[in-house]
Amino acid sequence: MFEGWDAVVLARAQFAFTMSFHIVFPAFSIGLASYLAVLEALWLWTGREVFINLFNYWLKIFAVAFGMGVVSGIVMSYQFGTNWSAFSDKTGPVIGPLMAYEVLTAFFLEAGFLGVMLFGLDRVGPKLHFFATLMVAVGTLISAFWILSANSWMQTPTGHALNAEGQFIAVDWFKVIFNPSFPYRLVHMVLAAYLTTALVVGAVGAWHLLRDPHLAGPRVMFSMAMWMATIVAPLQILAGDQHGLNTLEHQPVKIMAMEGHFQSHKDGAPLILFGWPNQAAGRMDYAIEVPKLGSLILKHSLDAPMAGLDTVPRENWPPVPITFWSFRIMVGMGLLMVGLGLLSLLMRFRGTLYNSRLLHMFAVAMAPSGFIAVLAGWITTETGRQPFTVYGLLRTVDSASPLAAPAVASSLIAFIIVYFVVFTAGVIYLLRLMAQPPHHGEEGPRSDVPARAAGITPAAGAVAEGAAR
Amino acid sequence: MIPIDLPTIWAFIIAFAVFVYVVMDGFDLGLGILFPLFPKKEDRDVIMNSVAPVWDGNETWLVLGGGGLMAAFPLAYAVLMPALYTPMIVMLLGLVFRGVAFEFRWRTTRERNRWDIAFAGGSLLATLAQGIALGAILQGIHVSGRHYAGGWWDWLTPFSILTGVALVIGYALLGSTWLVMKTEGELRDRAYQLSWLLLVAMLCAIGIVSIATPFLHVQYTHRWFAWPNIILTAPVPVAVAAVTVMLLRSLANKYDYQPFFLTLALFALSYAGLGISMYPYIVPQSITIWQAASPANSQLFMLVGVAILIPLILGYTAWAYWVFRGKVKAGSGYH
Repeated sequence: MFEGWDAVVLARAQFAFTMSFHIVFPAFSIGLASYLAVLEALWLWTGREVFINLFNYWLKIFAVAFGMGVVSGIVMSYQFGTNWSAFSDKTGPVIGPLMAYEVLTAFFLEAGFLGVMLFGLDRVGPKLHFFATLMVAVGTLISAFWILSANSWMQTPTGHALNAEGQFIAVDWFKVIFNPSFPYRLVHMVLAAYLTTALVVGAVGAWHLLRDPHLAGPRVMFSMAMWMATIVAPLQILAGDQHGLNTLEHQPVKIMAMEGHFQSHKDGAPLILFGWPNQAAGRMDYAIEVPKLGSLILKHSLDAPMAGLDTVPRENWPPVPITFWSFRIMVGMGLLMVGLGLLSLLMRFRGTLYNSRLLHMFAVAMAPSGFIAVLAGWITTETGRQPFTVYGLLRTVDSASPLAAPAVASSLIAFIIVYFVVFTAGVIYLLRLMAQPPHHGEEGPRSDVPARAAGITPAAGAVAEGAAR
Repeated sequence: MIPIDLPTIWAFIIAFAVFVYVVMDGFDLGLGILFPLFPKKEDRDVIMNSVAPVWDGNETWLVLGGGGLMAAFPLAYAVLMPALYTPMIVMLLGLVFRGVAFEFRWRTTRERNRWDIAFAGGSLLATLAQGIALGAILQGIHVSGRHYAGGWWDWLTPFSILTGVALVIGYALLGSTWLVMKTEGELRDRAYQLSWLLLVAMLCAIGIVSIATPFLHVQYTHRWFAWPNIILTAPVPVAVAAVTVMLLRSLANKYDYQPFFLTLALFALSYAGLGISMYPYIVPQSITIWQAASPANSQLFMLVGVAILIPLILGYTAWAYWVFRGKVKAGSGYH
């Protein structure tokens, strides 16, 4: 079975599948870790019970999501070797150290303090516990720093040379780490993670407000989440625009695919809103376009000339339909988020933030929008840089392991079955946790153990700590 | 005798990371292997709670081992991983099942049993796969140029099965002695009994693997038995015997901490034996650490980070263990 299949295509499918499942969890836990740190800080500062209730409520959710992120992440760290061994041999000297630094500065930090964060409040007291929460939150951000640096180097490689064995080697580590697309990608992804989390938090708050608009916890989380949507969604559009301009400078072919520009335009390119990219014929079918707007957005001039895919050899074309459509899905989600933010601002000024059923239903419907946008964005950037793994220098077909198709097909099927079983269960447990409103005396991640005194405050926490000894 | 250069330093760092992984995740996986022998829910809760705060940190050493190998010895990573394709994938899937079980089993009553099975089965599979991978590396890997050149079932031999089973026994012993240290009452008594059985099994396993290894390659035989190497290699089995005697005594005296740490010593000695067999090859008989090494500037760049961060990591990891020290009480978890 599978003898006739292309092992490289199967390996790409496996990487895309496992990566797509994985990225959902870090995107959520980067934002949630920071949110938890904010909640705990507010609790320590104000002493209000609602903040510790919300903290414990989201901590349980964090524990489940983080566990899924860890196990799907371990898979990624080995998959470079198992399925992309030629890539690993050639780029290991450059991106290997970046990933090693991610493990040393981020993964250990998160893992080391996670246990205390989840189970240790009574054992270490509120101050030290807050420090642990902070370390986990900082760890998730450091992790984003390194892995996005590694990914960005693959997109816009700088600071390297080739050695006699055909391996990339670093000449200037600063240029490798702070390569041209890295700052843009880092900002865009961290904002995306914060937005994704805010939209989930907002949806959960809205869900409970739809039932009872007077619940204290849902009111606080909904308000906080809507502030995030109002402020961060427009910032994200700005960051995305800057990232796009950076891509135009360093990976123009990706922009051609995102825009669906098969043809060159000497005096102003149109903005193609929708259409059906016909890769075989090299043209856009059924295009709905606004003349000259493409040049205005990308070159800030109506008549600026724009090169199209007709200037690029066919063997260097990325798959245009996927890049074109995933980009539109991402942008569409972004615009909806801005809409939600603006609507919430309007309702806030009208004083109906906690009573507007329309707003709450909109917010509930937007729960998955962050995840969809993150996935669509990554699909855009990763598909758009094909057919290369190291942009312009190492082709994807030359990166794979010397494995037979049946081996890769078997593992791909195993991953699909296991991930669907495991992560479906996980998502159900998450939804079950979210279906309960946060309540008075909310417990941490071990809800089946005997309850502590309800209404715990920072001072009572210290007392409980004393009692536990 | 051993030249002090960057690849050698890095070989020791990777070996250290893998050993810390074995030390930390070994007992953790061992608890999963022993899980079916403790059918009572209360016991299972205690067992889970004894590692819940630290399991994630334990597995991070595996990521460091893999990531560090890619960074410091990319050629070895690129040859070994495809050669060990099936065991690696099985290990990863096993770790998925057991990793999620830590949280999932608390989130459901009806399906708890299912996640207990996932925890036990995942731990067993991951351990078996690690042991098989070890055996497959020791027996040698077919390399051509800078690529793995064998088939996708080359790893499966009687020897690799033997090392797989041996590791299952070893991790189970680590798990049972961990329970001796971390639990009380009936659960602890049961862990003592198991430790006896597992220790005998582990000694048999060490013996059989030790006898079989020199026959795999003439180089191994030469390394262990030729003059003057034997002056340096002979103390290893002597030390194994000494640790075994101490371990038997500590079990007979029902000590709390000694059995676990002496089992770790047994692991350290077996691991040293492995290093003696392999050095200076990173892919036995075909690629040395110098051939596989990253350029000096890559290894140096990371060495700075390792020198500063590893002590720090060991520090706060020790703190986390310290926070959750002592016996785990039934029913109360860590609260």
